[in-house]
Amino acid sequence: MLMELREQLLSGSAEDYLSKLFLKIERSSLNGFTSLARESALQQAREFDKNPGKGRLAGVPIAIKECISTKGIETNCSSNILRGYIPPYDAHVIQQLKAEGAIIMGKTNMDEFAMGSSTETSCFGPTRNPWDLDCVPGGSSGGSAAVVAGGEAPCALGSDTGGSVRCPASFCGIVGLKPTYGLVSRYGLIAYANSLEQIGPLTRTVEDTALLMEVIAGHDERDTTSAEGKKSYLPIKEGVSGLKIGIPREYFGEGVNKEVERAVWDAINTLEGLGATWKEVSLPHTKHALAAYYVIAMSEASSNLARFDGLRYGLRLGEDKDWHTTFSDIRAKGFGPEAKRRILLGTYALSAGYYGRYYLKALKVRTLIKEDFLRAFKDVDLLAGPTMPIPAFRIGERINDPLSLYLADVFTVPINLAGVPAISVPCGFAGHLPVGLQLIGRHFDEATVLQAAHTFEKATFFHEKMPEVI
Amino acid sequence: MITRVDVEHIGWLASIKIEDDEKDKLVEQFNSILEYFHQLDEVDTEGVEPTYRVVELANIFREDVACPSLSQEEALRNAPRRENGYFKSPRIV
Repeated sequence: MLMELREQLLSGSAEDYLSKLFLKIERSSLNGFTSLARESALQQAREFDKNPGKGRLAGVPIAIKECISTKGIETNCSSNILRGYIPPYDAHVIQQLKAEGAIIMGKTNMDEFAMGSSTETSCFGPTRNPWDLDCVPGGSSGGSAAVVAGGEAPCALGSDTGGSVRCPASFCGIVGLKPTYGLVSRYGLIAYANSLEQIGPLTRTVEDTALLMEVIAGHDERDTTSAEGKKSYLPIKEGVSGLKIGIPREYFGEGVNKEVERAVWDAINTLEGLGATWKEVSLPHTKHALAAYYVIAMSEASSNLARFDGLRYGLRLGEDKDWHTTFSDIRAKGFGPEAKRRILLGTYALSAGYYGRYYLKALKVRTLIKEDFLRAFKDVDLLAGPTMPIPAFRIGERINDPLSLYLADVFTVPINLAGVPAISVPCGFAGHLPVGLQLIGRHFDEATVLQAAHTFEKATFFHEKMPEVI
Repeated sequence: MITRVDVEHIGWLASIKIEDDEKDKLVEQFNSILEYFHQLDEVDTEGVEPTYRVVELANIFREDVACPSLSQEEALRNAPRRENGYFKSPRIV
C-alpha cells in the first residue's frame, strides 16, 4: 500500500493528500491523534511536490506514538506529568524516517507511559476502536493503531513492552510487528521497562511493515543494547512450502474466546494449505509469564520513572516546599492511577527484603520462559497462535479491575520476556470485531516471520476489510 | 499482606504522596496483585541464572571522542524554573 501511495504522491500532490487527512482527522471521533504537526508537515509536503527527492518514504505521512521523541513536537507519553515537554532532539527512528523523506504528521494517543492494553489510562481520554466506537482499540499504542485502521494515517510507529504494538494491531485489524530486542534503537524512546521494549511499525500490509523495518532497524551506538549489523527485509520471500510451524498448546483452550480460536485455527489450516506443516509444541512456563512480566516491568518502571520530578521538564506546582514534599506532591498530581500503581508496586518489589522474592525470582522465571522458546525453535521455524485471547472489549468494562486487564496480555508478554520477534496479522472476525494471528520467530529472524505473514495475507482478504467509520 | 502503613512507606520511597482516602483501595489492589505474583513461588528455579539482558551482547566499544551536545539554552528550555543558567530545585534542607 505504501508503494502505491508513493506512486500516487509522485503523480499527484502530497499537499492535497495530507490536507485531506488533516480534514478527516478534524472530523474524527476516534481521538487517535493527540497533536498534529500541521504546519511543518504541510511545508514538507509542499517541498516534496516541488522536488520529490529519492527517499524511500519521500512524501509519506506517518503518525508517531506519544512516547517517541520528536524534535520540536510535544512528546508527553499521554501523561499530565510531561505535558508541554518539547524534546530538543529526535529519537533514532525519527532521524531514520526523516532521512528517507517521511513526513511526521502528528502524535498519537497511548496508555499513560505505555502502561495498559486499552488506551484508557491516557490523560487525553480513551481512543475509540474504528470497528466499534464503544470498544477500546487495544493498547498501549491504541492511537497509532486506530488512526491507521481508521484511514487517518497510512502508517504509524508504536512501542511494544508487553504487547503494546500487537494488541492494538489485533483489536483494530491491522499489521503490527514487535522486532527482536536490540534490532531497533531505543534512543529517544521514553523508557517504561527498558529490558523488554522495542519500537515497531503499525501498517495495513505486511509489506509496509517490512519497508518501515528497513528504515528504522539497524545499529545505533547511542543505545547500548543495539545489535550490530543491518538487514534487508524487502522483497519478502513468498511461499511457506516446507516451513514448520509449532502450535503452542498453552495458547489455546481455557480463557480463549471461541470465535478467536476458530479464526486462528482457520489461519493455521490456510498456512497448511499453502504448503506449511504444523505440529503441537509446548511452552510449559507460559502460565507464569504474566506474573514474571509484571514484576519485571513494574520494577523497571519504578526506576525509569523516578526522573519525572518537575525539575528539568514537566509539571511543577505552585510554591516549592522542601525537596521531598515538592516532588511527592508533583508526582501525586502528575501521574494517573495506573502509573502510580505500577511505580508503587515496582518500588515495593525492589525494596529491602523483597528483591529476592519478586524481582530476582521473576528474572529466573524469565530465563525458563526464554528457554521454552529456544527449545521449541530447535524443532520448528515459527510459532503460531492468537495475539489476544479476546476481541476488543467495551470502553470502561475492565478499567476498574487492573488484574483482569493484565490477564489479557497472556500471549503477548512471553514474547517480550524472550526477546523474540512477533507479528500480528488480521485473520478473521469475532462477530464484527477483528482477530489477529500472532506469528513468532527466532531471534533476529524477522525474515521468516514476514514471509509467513505476507504469504498468509496474499491468500486472504482480511486486510482489505475496512471499518464503516471510513 | 500489605497494610496501610506499608502503602505509606512505599509512597515515601517512591516519592508519591498518597492521600488518606486512596489508601484502603490501594491496600486491596496491591494485595490482590501480589497474591497473583506469589504463583512465582511454585516455579522451581534452583540453579537457574537470572536473565538481565535477553539477547547476549559482548561489550561494544566506541572511540572516546567528543560530539556536539545540547546548548545550555536547549537543555534548559523545558525547565519550569531556572535561574542564572541553572535548573532551580526546591531547597534541600
